[in-house]
Amino acid sequence: MSSIREIKRRIRAIKNIQHVTGAMKMVAAAKLRRAQGRLWAARPYAQKTAEVAGRLALAPSARMLPLAASREVKKRVYVLIAGDRGLAGAYNANVIHLAEDCLARGEQPASLIVVGRKGLQFFRRRSVEILKYYLEIGDEPDLSLAREIARYLMGIFLEERADEVSLIYSRFYSALRQVPQAEKLLPLSPPPAETSLEIDYIYEPEPIKVLEAILPRYCETRVYQALLEAKASELSSRMVAMDAAAKNSGEVIEKLTLSFNKARQSAITTELLEVASGAEALKAQG
Amino acid sequence: MGSIKLEVVTPQRRILTEDVEGVTAPGAEGYLGVLPRHAPLITFLKPGVVYYRKAGNKTERMAVSGGFMEAGPSKVIILADMAELSSEIDVEKARQAIKRAEEYLRERPKGFDLAWAEEELNKNTARLKAAAVD
Repeated sequence: MSSIREIKRRIRAIKNIQHVTGAMKMVAAAKLRRAQGRLWAARPYAQKTAEVAGRLALAPSARMLPLAASREVKKRVYVLIAGDRGLAGAYNANVIHLAEDCLARGEQPASLIVVGRKGLQFFRRRSVEILKYYLEIGDEPDLSLAREIARYLMGIFLEERADEVSLIYSRFYSALRQVPQAEKLLPLSPPPAETSLEIDYIYEPEPIKVLEAILPRYCETRVYQALLEAKASELSSRMVAMDAAAKNSGEVIEKLTLSFNKARQSAITTELLEVASGAEALKAQG
Repeated sequence: MGSIKLEVVTPQRRILTEDVEGVTAPGAEGYLGVLPRHAPLITFLKPGVVYYRKAGNKTERMAVSGGFMEAGPSKVIILADMAELSSEIDVEKARQAIKRAEEYLRERPKGFDLAWAEEELNKNTARLKAAAVD
């Protein structure tokens, strides 16, 4: 049985942990609300762009555009979007494992582009080629970063340094559900338009030019959307993990308090026994 | 006279959803007006001013740049990199941005980016025009 003072010290230490995790949870919750707001706000644009691109891509000439043309895959590139910080439950581990699986799958050589420090820390010591990495994304991934990444990706795709580019990130469904997933980005293949009936559009200028301008935007939007989804997932993972940690430390404190009380009680009993037996001894002598 | 639904979204947020009587936008091949029951059309937008009129109200303005517009019989969707309602525009900031861009064009420092400077110039000129000051 540990000494009373030791138990007391542990209780104090765990109370500190409880405070810190509780505060982290509140911070993550507040940031999550904002991240979620940004995610919802960005969805209409993403949807509309995909819609228009999808409709245009039905045209046979669309297959000729370099960004949409698929070719034999000799080299794959994966873009892993992870967090910069830990203490977010299984968030980082989940996306990293998915990335590992994707890299191991398939015959063709594959390399990585990493967003977020945790991803870099994991893969730096492994035998995977990391083409480029982006760190310190902050809590508000901005459009200019998405653009930079998208331009780089389109660049390597067009230079044939990559024949297929996929995004690996955690998709945000709700505060309690985030699913890591890999989806193909390049060659671009916007989801075909739902309406099968062909509406005759007037294009200004001609369709192929419009599509040519829309595709890079569509690519940027996909990257931006992925960054936002990943950020919302990270924050909600952290919120849930910190909530669990705060609850667990409450449990530990309860247990420790119980053993503290037991220890104190037994100390008192021992003391009483000593006093009583001392008194008995004196009486017997006298 | 019927109405048409105008939706303006940027990557960051939805700027406007409103029933209007008509829209005039700076298309790739010149300004074009869209009234209800327009034929389906997709066009780029040049940096400029979008005019729209709500039923019974006076015409309102909005600055847009970089994007495209899809018009249909009952709906106009504008997807733009930048879109600001005339009431939201910071005139002073736009003026300064123009000054900076002009200086940049004159000095042509190392790593000169003509496309960027022109875009900056056009974008902020559109802002001033939409805010109706010159």
